[in-house]
Amino acid sequence: MAIVVNRKPLTFWEKLYLPAIIGGFKVTLKHAYGSLFKGKVVTMQYPEQKWTLPPDYRGAPYLVKDQEGNTKCVSCQLCEFVCPPKAIRITPPGPAGHLADRSNAEKMPEEFEINFLRCIYCGLCQEVCPEEAIFLQKDYSLTGLSREEMIYDKEKLLALGGTVGGVQKWKHKLEEAKEQESFPVKV
Amino acid sequence: MDWNFIIFSIVKIALAIGVLHAIAAYAVLVERKVSAWIQDRVGPNRVAPPFVKYIPVLGPILTRWGIFQPLADGLKFMLKEDFTPAGVRKMYFWLAPALAIIPSLLVIAVIPFGSQMGNQKMVIADLNVGILYTFGIVSLGVYGIVLAGYAANSKYPFLGGIRSSAQMISYEISMGMSVIPVFLIAGNLNLGQIISWQATHGWLVIYAPLSFIIFLIASFAETNRTPFDLPEAETELVGGYHTEYSSMKFALFFLAEYSNMVATSGMMVTLFFGGWTLPFWGLDQPAHSLVIGILQILIFLAKVCALMVLFIWVRWMWPRFRYDQLMDLGWRRFVPLALVNILITAVWLWMRS
Repeated sequence: MAIVVNRKPLTFWEKLYLPAIIGGFKVTLKHAYGSLFKGKVVTMQYPEQKWTLPPDYRGAPYLVKDQEGNTKCVSCQLCEFVCPPKAIRITPPGPAGHLADRSNAEKMPEEFEINFLRCIYCGLCQEVCPEEAIFLQKDYSLTGLSREEMIYDKEKLLALGGTVGGVQKWKHKLEEAKEQESFPVKV
Repeated sequence: MDWNFIIFSIVKIALAIGVLHAIAAYAVLVERKVSAWIQDRVGPNRVAPPFVKYIPVLGPILTRWGIFQPLADGLKFMLKEDFTPAGVRKMYFWLAPALAIIPSLLVIAVIPFGSQMGNQKMVIADLNVGILYTFGIVSLGVYGIVLAGYAANSKYPFLGGIRSSAQMISYEISMGMSVIPVFLIAGNLNLGQIISWQATHGWLVIYAPLSFIIFLIASFAETNRTPFDLPEAETELVGGYHTEYSSMKFALFFLAEYSNMVATSGMMVTLFFGGWTLPFWGLDQPAHSLVIGILQILIFLAKVCALMVLFIWVRWMWPRFRYDQLMDLGWRRFVPLALVNILITAVWLWMRS
């Protein structure tokens, strides 16, 4: 059903456009004064100032080391399989390759590359990783002058990823499982 | 031929066009800065050639004011690909930008931008029918826009061209009629004589305020500025008549718009604000020394710049008129108002004489 909106006919004073003109001058002057002399501007001077990112921000995925500085990745290649844009490429050590640099793991990757021209920051690699070795971190403006430069290798990913203190392996899964034990939520 | 005349004319033309282009380029910067301030933003504050950062104090300030932005803009226009879309009418497509900018440059020929330096009058052509020449040339400006709309062979430029032609033709009438009282009062069509009349009697804006208001609003419409920027209404017509243009051809339209603004501002200063004169310190008499001559040119430029700021300011103040409102305003308000204005002025002058 059509709704008829009652519009008041303009008065003669309004028809002269003068109130609108004066109002325009007032508003623009107020804002110009505010931004010129009081520094009330909404612009963020980007490269110098940056946003505070939310804690669950999904930036670039990097490899992390454990508290002793060893590589956590065990070259299982789950992230390589799950990666939707196929940005991750892992070269496993093979039968004659290096052993892991930590005692409680068998392998570590020979080479681990993430192509950041392909990565879509979906976080599936982080979710699927059984060793908690890859995390989406806070970096969002990755730049490079060539395509080769945008493929990050293992050393670079480990250096950028930093160290994660304490092994959290299975802890979250356990919590999740416990929550599901009492699925019909207790009142 | 008189070689002296030719050489001085060429020098004056070159200087006038140079200054016009400089003002047009920096008007774009002022436009961007003013719009930024009004909209709580900062505006261009980054562009600078590499050596500027080594200048202490002044360098960062100039950069923050965006002084070098017009240079970068100009360079960008020149270096961009000059793309000719398939299906355009080539000859008209090439002709249109030229036809848009030529009238806007020709208008400044009759505007006296200073009194005199030495024996030279500071006006390129001291015509006795200066104002008629101006209106003749200004109305040619519509051809560039119409032709651009036609040549592009695309619906949005076409609509822009149609709107523009209707708008410019409508407002030309009220604009032309609004200045008739000025000539009734001053009794002369020569712009130089009008200025000297104002030097003795006071600025014409006091005698004919209604004329000034109509002329101001009509010149907003003539130069396609907000609130009458229907030909290039971005929200409705993509880019309007210059949608299909790129690179330097687009820059010519851009330049034409701003040169038009400068020219109409110059016209308003001459007709209503006493041109190069100021009513004190003896600046209302033709200069005898070089310093006074330059000072009077600067006074003229300052007045022009003040009006340009008004033009720019208004753009960020009011929304666009609807097409029918625009036509209503032009034909049913301003034309009768201008006629009444002529009548009242004529009767007033008749009563006094």
